[in-house]
Amino acid sequence: MTDLAQDLLSSFVIAESELNGSKNLAVVNMRKEALDRFEALGFPTTRDEEWKYTNLKPILNRDYKIMLKSESAVSFGDIKQYLLSDLDTYKLVFINGKYSSWLSESTHQSYDICTFAAALNKYPEILSTYLGKAAPSGETFIDLNTAFADDGAYIRVKANQTVDKPIEIIYLTTEENGSTFSQARNLIVVEQNAEVQIVERHQNLGNVESFTNFVSEVFAARDARVSYYKVQNDSIKASLIDNTHVQQETNSNVHIGTYTFGGKLVRNNLHFYAGGEHTESHMDGITIIGDGQTVDHHTLVDHMEPYCYSRELYKGIYLGKSHGVFNGKVLVRQKAQKTNAFQQNDNILLSDKAKVDTKPQLEIFADDVRCSHGCTVGQLDQSALFYLRSRGIPKREAEGLMTYAFASDALEYVKIPQLEKRLNRVIAGKLGINLEFAL
Amino acid sequence: MIKIKDLQAGIEEKEILRGIDLEINAGEVHAIMGPNGSGKSTLSSIIAGREDYEISGGTIDFEGEDLMDLSPEERAHKGVFLSFQYPVEIPGVTVSNFIKTAINESRKGRGEEAMEAREMLAMMREKTALLEMDKSYLSRSLNEGFSGGEKKRNEIFQMAMLQPKLAILDETDSGLDIDALRIVANGVNKLRSKDNAVLVITHYQRLLDYIEPDFVHVLYNGKIVKSGDKSLALELEAKGYDWIKAENA
Repeated sequence: MTDLAQDLLSSFVIAESELNGSKNLAVVNMRKEALDRFEALGFPTTRDEEWKYTNLKPILNRDYKIMLKSESAVSFGDIKQYLLSDLDTYKLVFINGKYSSWLSESTHQSYDICTFAAALNKYPEILSTYLGKAAPSGETFIDLNTAFADDGAYIRVKANQTVDKPIEIIYLTTEENGSTFSQARNLIVVEQNAEVQIVERHQNLGNVESFTNFVSEVFAARDARVSYYKVQNDSIKASLIDNTHVQQETNSNVHIGTYTFGGKLVRNNLHFYAGGEHTESHMDGITIIGDGQTVDHHTLVDHMEPYCYSRELYKGIYLGKSHGVFNGKVLVRQKAQKTNAFQQNDNILLSDKAKVDTKPQLEIFADDVRCSHGCTVGQLDQSALFYLRSRGIPKREAEGLMTYAFASDALEYVKIPQLEKRLNRVIAGKLGINLEFAL
Repeated sequence: MIKIKDLQAGIEEKEILRGIDLEINAGEVHAIMGPNGSGKSTLSSIIAGREDYEISGGTIDFEGEDLMDLSPEERAHKGVFLSFQYPVEIPGVTVSNFIKTAINESRKGRGEEAMEAREMLAMMREKTALLEMDKSYLSRSLNEGFSGGEKKRNEIFQMAMLQPKLAILDETDSGLDIDALRIVANGVNKLRSKDNAVLVITHYQRLLDYIEPDFVHVLYNGKIVKSGDKSLALELEAKGYDWIKAENA
């Protein structure tokens, strides 16, 4: 049996000096320490409480080429379908871990929309202020990423700036290298009263397995506004562990939307740290998966200061032999009086073989708060189905219409109309309905 | 138009309909009255094709075709319409999209072209006016947050849009105040013609003051035990159902 952990440890020795930032002693030390922690922790198993319902073994027990960077001839035509082609955007495109300046559209004009490699090599003060400050050490996948990551998106929006168009970040893998294990990293810094919209996706273009361990750190300063949409519609051969950690200061508003339709195994670790008063933390998502797919949403909102609001709404539709997990933790610290936290996870099982594990987890140490949570797992309402059919709508369309209606209120906060339309189209396609219903 | 012969049906082990015979011709209005639990709603659900019931005997012939072989949507395409006693709330689907879909799916089912958007819009405008509904109804989620009266009005609006051959109104009067009742009944009357038929199912006579039936049937314990003209409804209103129960004890 192959041992991915061992392969990673030995390849680090070779890779280390070639990574971006290897001239920066602070980065070098950070990587070494992270690798040591990874070595001590190893990969989690289902005996770990946080991984109880998601078994990584089938993903880990494979031969991967540990990806650093490699050239690949990908043309605009190959990736066009993954872009919001009807919209002008900034684009950061990475192919097999390497930034493609040819396919990208970056800027340094009013804001930095460029690469994590550039940050590693050129902005030591940014690194010392932000790198690893939102994503905590001591979590095995984060440590592993910290040790290896040397490219990804770097976005910095200076105070009072609004980025004039959305930013698309796309990570592509191709099949020339066989099955690959890759680790990219985003660093997103949104300064006081600045605003940005980001759309991100990972896409396996080949017919081989891919496994991505991804970290994204987001810093929203006072009054900053961030919309960050994750479109997870990768091939059935792709697995992803996404670790997104958001640090919020006073009066900032951050929305992370996660729309998961593709992938073999997708685990989203999404953590919000509400570290200022009057913050708004929004996280929502739609999951529609089928045979052979597992999607696991693990969220945390850490309310540290008073007068904050968090809203969490995840909808799941499960077809075939699929497995969904939702674990939503809301932590309200003693100081965080007047917190208003809402959490809801609703699931529909459209097959006898589909399975959902859902678990709200509230830890509240303040006494003057409003926290609500709920989770449901059910089938389609038969009375409603009959109602639609009695009006002449065929069974299949009626089921599609109802599941569509069930899911679509999680799209309410999508602020880019072209993206909303695109997501609607994907959902309609997944549910086999005529889009006329929705629009 | 519809011929029901010796219809027997139940749910699980329980027998509800014990041999119903009923014939309705084009241009007629029939009313079925009866005490609670007599099987009125079961009969209407079975005609519309609800699958929860077990049919143990009898036939339903609709314009020469056996309805039992058809799905609820196919029955709708043939022109059967049921106004629900408890219309279902469907969040996220607007009234206008729903009715547009229903009309065009029905047309497709009959091998007809989809209705043109302009024609659809004009028709919606006309029918909302007929039922004294505000146009803002159309962009609301189907039945979500509707009052009892609004839900019933919305049912008749759908009937007006779909123009069925046979409209079954299941307890359409329940939950309506007198003004709403008048509006709903007026809507139904405007839609009556020599080519279509209406089956009114009701517990009380008051709806029949507005929608005048040609025939009144009393359903009791799963059987039609009495039929007559509209004077039967008045008799029931005056005397209650006890004498029916006594006669059939």
